[in-house]
Amino acid sequence: MESATYGKKLREEEFLINMGPQHPSTHGVLRLVLKMEGEFIRELTPHVGYLHRSIEKIAENRTYNQFMPFTDRIDYCASMPSNLAFAVAVEKLAEMEVPERAEYLRVIMVELNRIASHLIWLGTMSLDLGAVTPFLYAFREREWILDLFEMTCGQRLTYHYIRVGGVSRDIPPEFEKSCRAFIKSFRKKVDDYEAILTENPIFLSRTKGIGILPLDLAKDLGASGPTIRGSNYEWDIRKVEPYSVYNKFDFKIPTGKNGDVWDRYMVRIEEFRQSCNIVEQALDGLPESDTIRAKMKAVFRPPAGEVFSRIEAPRGEMGYYIVSAGDKKPYRVKIRTASYNNLQCLGPISIGLKIADLVAIFGSLDVILPEVDR
Amino acid sequence: MLEFDGLLLNIYNSLSLWFESLGVPLIWLDLLVMVFAGAVILGVIAVSVLFLVWWERKVSAHIQDRLGPMRTGKHGVLQTLADGIKLLQKEDIVPRVADKKVYFWAPVVCFVTAYMAYIVIPFGKGLIARDLNIGIFYIVAITSFTIISLLMAGWASNNKYALLGGMRSAAQIVSYEVPLTLAVIGAVMLAGSLSMVDIVKAQGPYFWRWYWLPQILGFGIYFVAATAEANRTPFDLPEAEQELVAGFNVEYSGMKFAMFFLAEFANMFTVSAIATTLFLGGWQPPLPGLSFIPSWIWFFGKTLFLVFVIMWFRWTYPRLRVDQLMGFAWKFLLPLAFANLFLTGLGVYFFG
Repeated sequence: MESATYGKKLREEEFLINMGPQHPSTHGVLRLVLKMEGEFIRELTPHVGYLHRSIEKIAENRTYNQFMPFTDRIDYCASMPSNLAFAVAVEKLAEMEVPERAEYLRVIMVELNRIASHLIWLGTMSLDLGAVTPFLYAFREREWILDLFEMTCGQRLTYHYIRVGGVSRDIPPEFEKSCRAFIKSFRKKVDDYEAILTENPIFLSRTKGIGILPLDLAKDLGASGPTIRGSNYEWDIRKVEPYSVYNKFDFKIPTGKNGDVWDRYMVRIEEFRQSCNIVEQALDGLPESDTIRAKMKAVFRPPAGEVFSRIEAPRGEMGYYIVSAGDKKPYRVKIRTASYNNLQCLGPISIGLKIADLVAIFGSLDVILPEVDR
Repeated sequence: MLEFDGLLLNIYNSLSLWFESLGVPLIWLDLLVMVFAGAVILGVIAVSVLFLVWWERKVSAHIQDRLGPMRTGKHGVLQTLADGIKLLQKEDIVPRVADKKVYFWAPVVCFVTAYMAYIVIPFGKGLIARDLNIGIFYIVAITSFTIISLLMAGWASNNKYALLGGMRSAAQIVSYEVPLTLAVIGAVMLAGSLSMVDIVKAQGPYFWRWYWLPQILGFGIYFVAATAEANRTPFDLPEAEQELVAGFNVEYSGMKFAMFFLAEFANMFTVSAIATTLFLGGWQPPLPGLSFIPSWIWFFGKTLFLVFVIMWFRWTYPRLRVDQLMGFAWKFLLPLAFANLFLTGLGVYFFG
């Protein structure tokens, strides 16, 4: 006798998971719609735009100097490079000379901010992999950098320090000593991070060979920063198209081999060390001078024209395309941010993997949502 | 000193005399003792969990260069109490689409299984609620029930994350049950008994004769598998926060959530207590000369040390992926456990 269910297959179905916009590891308000087959991802659709603040449109209604505080909010984990990107673009448009001391100060601040931003990445990525402790270690070190920034410009998150034509104020006398002490202690801390993560077999098994981003794909999607450097491509705007005074410093561009999560991790760990080198060289070579800001007219009107300039932000290439009609306000501003392009890589490289790998890959891409949505 | 062994026995004997003189059947006394033991165990669980939650927070804080709770009482000792009161006040939310009955019973089953395991744990000389002659077998059987509660919670919540978490936990606990049981058998073979008290007594009061040394492999396997059984990092996949938000208990709030939480810590204590009993000589001192310290202090000392090691794991390691977790159980721990069993068998045959 046959039972009623005999011969019927077990019912299998794909199901949709709505990951985000509120989810512990989408780092803000990214929404991923996942089509899952058990633990496996079959389709992935990122939905962006939850943090859109129309910064580009706002720029059209602000003077160049008024717009600078908005650039802080584009990537709030790395405000200094966001400031710098806009300042460099406007200076290129107006063909402005920036005092050398200001350029050195910019480099110091941007590199310190790169370390701070990478520390957030290190903390959140290890948190995504389930290791809680490195997160607090990373934030402990970041605290010192924030203290240095607070000492310099009074702010701890949105600095508004780098201005068009220079920087807002000089560093206080005690800055240099504290900064050197930080670099000295931080070098040891990087070794500590490596001890707790790099040599950990569980960490290795979660990162090696996971989320391999082929170089062709990375180029097609416009990936930049550590994401493309992890795929063994020496692409760093600081070397390719030196801006500010980066051509005066000696530093290396770390690259990975296979482009997996592990390589992107190692690239950023090595960048900690390179940034330390740059800060030390900049402190050594800091010229003595009183002028830290170029002279500007009370109403600043750059000549009509258009300009594109880009810098190497912690997450990759950040570029500003500014169209000026010779007015005190820009006619149009378009911001090219690294996170938007890097986020595009997430889909193709995580199909067929598990939800746990998706979290690790997303952590390794170091996407920050305000930069994606602007 | 403060040994309860003789004291409890004396009380029982005098009570039974009294009951006899009153003409009451002794079964009533046994029932009374059972109720009393049940209440005491509930107290032990409550106090140990209160302590363990606070301790976990302190351990994690100090590992992470923080202070942890400091405001509620000296060094925050009353923090768990405050948390408990907060959870009691919380609204008890039941999702509209949930399977209401199963949703309600899941935390109860979870807590009751954790509670039942405590019955056969010898906390000290004579401090055992019931010395079953199949004690360790009973524990293995009872702790398997945890899977059912997690599956119930995952299914009844009608939430995809919860379902994934429930499925993961079922797969995980079933897999790790096998090497865990095989590791336990090693110690049982050496002792020649399934009774917890007999296993403790067979080890004797010399720390080099305890079973951690002849069963070093079994001890390792047991400890790893037990960490997985208790759903602790690096095996805390059922509630992997970064992947599944909170896993099987994502929809639970208030006291129902607290039950799961309580059960997790109670389980952590149970697995450490069993490890102490099987491999670290239970309540016996490491040397006979140290027996002036009460046996229950030795027991709790050893158990809390193991609990500390499990906490230490959690705050150091990342989490495994689900397939790696299963691979580790079936491809590595299981063959190792069989090898251990075989070697133990040879040892018992030739030297036993």
